[in-house]
Amino acid sequence: MKYRSAFDIIGPVMIGPSSSHTAGAARIGRVARTLFGKPPAKAEISLYGSFAKTYKGHGTDVAIVGGILDFDTFDERIPSALQLAEKAGIEVVFIVEDTVTDHPNTVRIKLNEGDRELELVGISIGGGTIEITELNSFELKLSGEHPAILVVHNDQFGVISAVTNILSKHQINIGHMEVSRREKGKMAIMVIEVDQKIDEHVIAELEGLPNITQIIRMVD
Amino acid sequence: MLFRNVAELVELAENKSVKIAEIMIQQEIEVTGRTREEIFEKMDRNLTVMEQAVERGLNGVTSVTGLTGGDAVLLQKYIKSGKALSGHILLDAVSKAVATNEVNAAMGTICATPTAGSAGVVPGTLFAVKEVLNPTRIEMIEFLFTSAAFGFVVANNASISGAAGGCQAEVGSASGMAAASIVEMAGGTPSQAAEAMAITLKNMLGLVCDPVAGLVEVPCVKRNAMGASNAMTAADMALAGITSRIPCDEVIHAMFQIGQTMPSALRETAEGGLAATPTGRRLQEQIFGKMK
Repeated sequence: MKYRSAFDIIGPVMIGPSSSHTAGAARIGRVARTLFGKPPAKAEISLYGSFAKTYKGHGTDVAIVGGILDFDTFDERIPSALQLAEKAGIEVVFIVEDTVTDHPNTVRIKLNEGDRELELVGISIGGGTIEITELNSFELKLSGEHPAILVVHNDQFGVISAVTNILSKHQINIGHMEVSRREKGKMAIMVIEVDQKIDEHVIAELEGLPNITQIIRMVD
Repeated sequence: MLFRNVAELVELAENKSVKIAEIMIQQEIEVTGRTREEIFEKMDRNLTVMEQAVERGLNGVTSVTGLTGGDAVLLQKYIKSGKALSGHILLDAVSKAVATNEVNAAMGTICATPTAGSAGVVPGTLFAVKEVLNPTRIEMIEFLFTSAAFGFVVANNASISGAAGGCQAEVGSASGMAAASIVEMAGGTPSQAAEAMAITLKNMLGLVCDPVAGLVEVPCVKRNAMGASNAMTAADMALAGITSRIPCDEVIHAMFQIGQTMPSALRETAEGGLAATPTGRRLQEQIFGKMK
């Protein structure tokens, strides 16, 4: 079952015109912003495939920048996001790529401020549903069919079991889980797909664990 | 999951003597763990968005490209002139479906039902039949849950994406969903709702997705108009006691098969159909030439 909820059919509430090219694009931009944690000084946005060909007409550009400004899919400021970003002092650069990607609706977003940097790749798979396929050159695999969280943590022993213990305590079953890191002992990430909805207080409890940098909801 | 297809959905509703909407609500509670109140509140917010989009479209909007806008206004004026040949409610549904999609094309706020490109049909018909059936707010929210139930079956057994299944999957699905909801709101049985869905979808089979310049404007806005009209007619037919010789689930399966064999040029790539006509190509050049 690809679709689980009545609100996958009646929803999302969004700024038009396209659920994949506008709402999905805004969602990818917003994930980048959430992961970055604050407004960037510069956003470099590379568009591929159908995104590259039709972004102006679909408002994919303003939608992604709107997401980077932390706007939701239904935020009426999305059409004026480019001006609002300029006003906020964010330098925005669009790059139209020719490279053929696995999915026609692909975008790569690089955000930076000072020495702080974030790079992710997102795809918009239809009806406003998105997947993040790469984060800071970590490859991610998220089906988008189940609630999921992303845990950014220090690569230390015991962190993974501490996280799964809390989930088990709240009777949340893990359906799929991935752990990756680039260098031993540095930053690492966990992507956890679960069968139940994760309540705010569970997220707060996870955030309180030692060696956890950030918890992000990827899919609700 | 309480149901996987239309037959199970109808059987559940008829055995329990409840509306289709109620089965969808119960499943939503089971799947998401949210309370009934939370679920109603969320759908109520979606309903408000639909209401505002219809209102905005009826006041007149124009898209960024200038390709669409203003047709809902023309149709409302024509209805008021008293010269209309089709019934007032039918044309009202058509104009409100157009209004919603014109707002969508103009980057306004809409609620996808089931997608943005097909967002006009469900609210268009809902706000038109509202004028004659005088439903309560709760009944209007139930209308959306009934649509969700039928859309859920199509989405999981076939497709609701134009890129995967053509326009039959988007406006076709939306029209079938709307027809079933109209029947239920008018007091029809769950079986009659399923018949309305089947009759509607049968007449949308094979509809291709061929948007000019790849934009959700031409012919999407007018496809929503005809989708609303199709839904209204099929709902009346089902309420009159007419049934579909081919059961609803088999029609949905046929739609899936047709989508699978539809050439890629006719599935949201802007390479075939109306998009590939001389005028379609000229418009594409004008728009993207102008915007670059």
